[in-house]
Amino acid sequence: MTVLAGLVAPGFLSSGPVRVALALGGIVSLVSAPVGVLTVVRRQSFAGHALGDIGATGGAGAFLLGVSALWGFLASSAIAVGAFHVAGSRERRSRDIATGIVLGAALGVSALFLYLDANSTSTTGATMTVLFGSLFVVPPGTVPLVAGLGAVALVAVLVCFRPLLLAAVHPDVAAARGVRVRRVELGYLVALAVAVALSAMTIGAVLSTALLVGPSGAALRVTRRPGSAVALAAALGVVATFAGVLLAYDSYAWPPAQHGWPASFFVVVLLFVADLAAGLLAGRGRRRSARRRAG
Amino acid sequence: MFASFMAGTWIAGSAVAVVAGVVGYFVVLRGETFAAHALPQGAFAGAAGAAVLGLSPVLGAGAFSLLGAVVIALLGRRGRHDVAAALALVLLLASGALFLGLSTSYAPEVFSLLFGQLLGVGLGDTPAIVAVSLACVLLAGALFRPLLAWSALGDASVVRGRRSAAVEAAFLVLLTLATTAAVPVVGAFLMFSLVSAPAAAVRLLARSPLVGVAGSVAVALGIVWASVALGYLTSWPIGFFVGAGGALSYGVARLVARVRS
Repeated sequence: MTVLAGLVAPGFLSSGPVRVALALGGIVSLVSAPVGVLTVVRRQSFAGHALGDIGATGGAGAFLLGVSALWGFLASSAIAVGAFHVAGSRERRSRDIATGIVLGAALGVSALFLYLDANSTSTTGATMTVLFGSLFVVPPGTVPLVAGLGAVALVAVLVCFRPLLLAAVHPDVAAARGVRVRRVELGYLVALAVAVALSAMTIGAVLSTALLVGPSGAALRVTRRPGSAVALAAALGVVATFAGVLLAYDSYAWPPAQHGWPASFFVVVLLFVADLAAGLLAGRGRRRSARRRAG
Repeated sequence: MFASFMAGTWIAGSAVAVVAGVVGYFVVLRGETFAAHALPQGAFAGAAGAAVLGLSPVLGAGAFSLLGAVVIALLGRRGRHDVAAALALVLLLASGALFLGLSTSYAPEVFSLLFGQLLGVGLGDTPAIVAVSLACVLLAGALFRPLLAWSALGDASVVRGRRSAAVEAAFLVLLTLATTAAVPVVGAFLMFSLVSAPAAAVRLLARSPLVGVAGSVAVALGIVWASVALGYLTSWPIGFFVGAGGALSYGVARLVARVRS
C-alpha cells in the first residue's frame, strides 16, 4: 500500500481534470478493443494510422471554427472511412502510393489550419493538442458526448462482430453462408471512424493508432480466441490509459520543473512495452509446445 | 524573396528537391511506401532530440533515420509484424513530442519539424544539407542499374540472395540520406509527399527510367520552388504548399493518363 501511496500523488483522484481524463481513457479503451481486434485480424493497422493523420486536419479545422475538436476528428475520419470503403479493392502498390499522397495533402492542410489557429488565437497550443493530445484540458462537458458516441460504436461493432470476423478469416465461407459482406463492413467502418476520433481526442490524432491497435495486437499474440482477445485488449487499454494519466500527473514533480510530460507519451510507451512482452510470451509458449511435441 | 537571408532556404530546398526526385523514383517503382513513411517520423524524433541538446537538427535527423533503417532491415528479414511496426512509428512520434516538450523552445519547433518552415533552415545547416544530398545523388548514380533491377522486379529479381540484400541496404542508405537532408526543410509529415508524388506522377506518363528520374527531379524542383515562393508571399507554412503541390501534380498526371488512353 505504501508503494501505491507513493505513486499516487496527493489530490490525484479528487482533481476534476484527472477524473475527466480517466473517464475518457476508459471509454476509449472499451470501444477500441473490439474495433482493434477486427482491425488487426483484417491486417488494416495502417488504415488506422492513415485515419489518424487525416483526423489531424479535422481537429485543426475544428479549432479554427471554435467548436470541439471531437467534431472535427469525427467528421474527417468519417469522410476518410467512406473514401477507403469506395477505393477498397485496388492493386496494393498503386493504392499505397495514392493513399500516401492524399495523406500528404491532408497533412499539408492541417499545417495551414494550425498556422491559422496560432495566428487567430495567438496561442500555440493547438499544434500539440491536435497532434499529440492534451487529456488534462478536455472540457468536462465532452464526457457525456464521448460516452454516447462510444455506446453507438460499441453496439455497431458487436452486432457485426461474428460475421465480420468470419469474413476476415474465411471470405469464401462467409460468402457461402450468405453473409452480406459489404453491409456488415459498413457497421465496422462506422465503429472504426468513431474509435479513431475518440482515440485522437485522448492521445492526439497522429498517435491514435497506438490506442486502436496496440492493446488488440498484444492480446491477439497471447490468445487466439476472439472473445478473450477483446476482453484482454479492453483490460490492457484501460490499464495503459490509467497508468499514463497517473504518470503524467506525477511528472509535474519531475525535471524540468513546471513541465508536465505528455500523458500520450506514457500511454504509447506502455502499449509498446505490452506488445513486446506479449510477443516474448507468445514466443516462449510456442517453443515450449514445440519441445513437448518433439519430446 | 531573393534577399540574402533567403539564400539558405533556396539552396537547401533545391538540393532536397533533387534528392527527393531521384530517391522517389525507386520508392515508387518498388512500391516501398512503408520505409518512406517511417524514416521521416524517426528523423522527427532525432531532430527534436538534437534541439533539446542544442545540436544541429541535421545531425539528430541523420542519427535517428539511420537507426530506423537498421530496424526496418531487421524487421524485413523476420517478416514484418503489422502492429509492432505501427506502434514503433507512433512511439517515435511520441518521443519527438516529448523531447520538444522538455526543451525550452516549444510549439514553434514542433511545427517546423513536422510541417517544414521557410526560415527553418539557417545558413549554418545548408552546407550539411547540400553535402548529404550530393552523397545521395552520387550513390544513386553509381548503383543505378542494380537499384533499377531490384526496384522493378521486386523479390523475383535476378539479383537474388546476398546481392539482393546488399541492394536493399543501399536503397535504405539512400532513403536515410534523403530523409536527413529533407526533414529539416520540408518537415517530417510532408517528406513522403515530396518523395512519392513527383515520381508517381511522372511514372503515369513515361516508362523509361532516365526520363522517369529526370522528370521526377523536375517536378520536385517545381514543387519546392513554388512552395518557397508562395510561402514567402503568403507567410503560410511551406508544408501546405508541398502537400497540395504533390497532390495536384499527381492528380493532373492521372487525368492526362486517362485522357490519353
